[in-house]
Amino acid sequence: MRWLTVFLGIASRELLRFTHQRERFFAALVRPLVWLFIFAAGFRAVLGLSITPPYQTYVLYEVYIVPGLCGMIQLFNGMQSSLSMVYDRETGAMRTLLVSPFPRWFLLGSKLVAGVLVSVIQVYAFLAVAWFWDVRPPAVGYLAVLPALMLSGVMLGSLGLLISSTIRQLENFAGVMNFVIFPMFFASTALYPLWRMRDASPLLHDICAFNPFSHAVELIRFALYLKLEPVALAVVLVCTAIFFGATVFMYNPEKGLWRRR
Amino acid sequence: MSALRVENVSHRFGRIPALEDVSFDVPKGSFTALLGVNGAGKTTLFSLITRLYDSTSGRIEVAGFDIRRQPRQALARLGVVFQSRALDLDLTLRQNLRYHAALHGLARPDARIDQVLAMVGLSDRLHAKARTLSGGQQRRAEIARALIHEPTLLLLDEAAAGLDAASRRDVLSIVRGLGAQGVSALWATHVFDEIAPDDPVVILHKGRVLAHRPAGTDLTTEFLEMTCAG
Repeated sequence: MRWLTVFLGIASRELLRFTHQRERFFAALVRPLVWLFIFAAGFRAVLGLSITPPYQTYVLYEVYIVPGLCGMIQLFNGMQSSLSMVYDRETGAMRTLLVSPFPRWFLLGSKLVAGVLVSVIQVYAFLAVAWFWDVRPPAVGYLAVLPALMLSGVMLGSLGLLISSTIRQLENFAGVMNFVIFPMFFASTALYPLWRMRDASPLLHDICAFNPFSHAVELIRFALYLKLEPVALAVVLVCTAIFFGATVFMYNPEKGLWRRR
Repeated sequence: MSALRVENVSHRFGRIPALEDVSFDVPKGSFTALLGVNGAGKTTLFSLITRLYDSTSGRIEVAGFDIRRQPRQALARLGVVFQSRALDLDLTLRQNLRYHAALHGLARPDARIDQVLAMVGLSDRLHAKARTLSGGQQRRAEIARALIHEPTLLLLDEAAAGLDAASRRDVLSIVRGLGAQGVSALWATHVFDEIAPDDPVVILHKGRVLAHRPAGTDLTTEFLEMTCAG
């Protein structure tokens, strides 16, 4: 019961912070909508898509990129959480979290899941707008995608936490944008199917195939159309375990980050 | 049993020694001052007591619980006011205190929130955003936050730094008053004026305990030695 209290306390703080930062919500929503309304409209004309699972017929490019844009929301949200962790560490607010008597893995895990809940709200808001843009997966798909969103959110959030543990100063965060977010997003199946990549460059195809973000996107895509992609699920689970394990190591007082100054 | 026992504690950052063989006790219900110039090792010591770092060697006990072997029990008895602010400025005082109560597993903290806010004289600011509080009020709110889970020992790192004379007096008076309720305080400062003649004092200098004097002893010589040595 006390553990639940801790989790609910951390989750309600994240939600309160989110509701107090309306700009963050709109920025999170506008970014994928710009891609959907402008980028996808332009690319629809030049990019042909064959029938690829989970789709059972030809789909418009807008339909194809929606799961990728859901992943994009979660990727940016994970990095936003990472940024706020670095900020909290610089201001000292992080210390008050870590001096709680509860285990550090549990505190970090609670913060992680709380951040994912915030990202899921953003994804559903985006899917609601996309519905009016004629991107309409099966109604049950909106429910089926929830576990996929939670899993992919936890993986991307864990990566964000891990990155936050390696960044010493807030100023260094711009590097994360250039070296993590953009390569992860563009070298993935979020915007183009994997077979398209092979046509362009076998190396790029391999990079995209190994990119954990591709698997998060595919997990979301298949779930949205009521299917399960076992490889994507396995990769997401394994990557989550690795990223979160490394984060707990880095935040351990006997090792990692807190040994250094 | 002491509220805090620090025994032969050393810590290094890489090859740089930060603390060397530090030992002292904080008696139950006392207001003990930890005096040292900037860079003396006060914040590092606090980080070890709160287990943000693990000490290279030595032993730290809070209310008899070893911070390495029994961190949960030790941290549950510890309240901390860090040098830098820890309040979320966008949240109200009540929301801030609820969050910190939750971090200690308190499910229904409202009565305790009223109690601690009354202790620090901020009952009328319950619904105020932390951002709207003055510097002195924020410090008092930090003390309320640190007391929310009824700790037996309060650590305060330069808690009066940056406050005007009146606010500094208020904060000191609140913390000194906690002894009557059985809460011990370790007050880290570099300001000699914040120490009363009857306070037990530990002088930390260049990572070592220069003097550990019981209450009521004149400390002028040690203080001058410390400040002149730079």
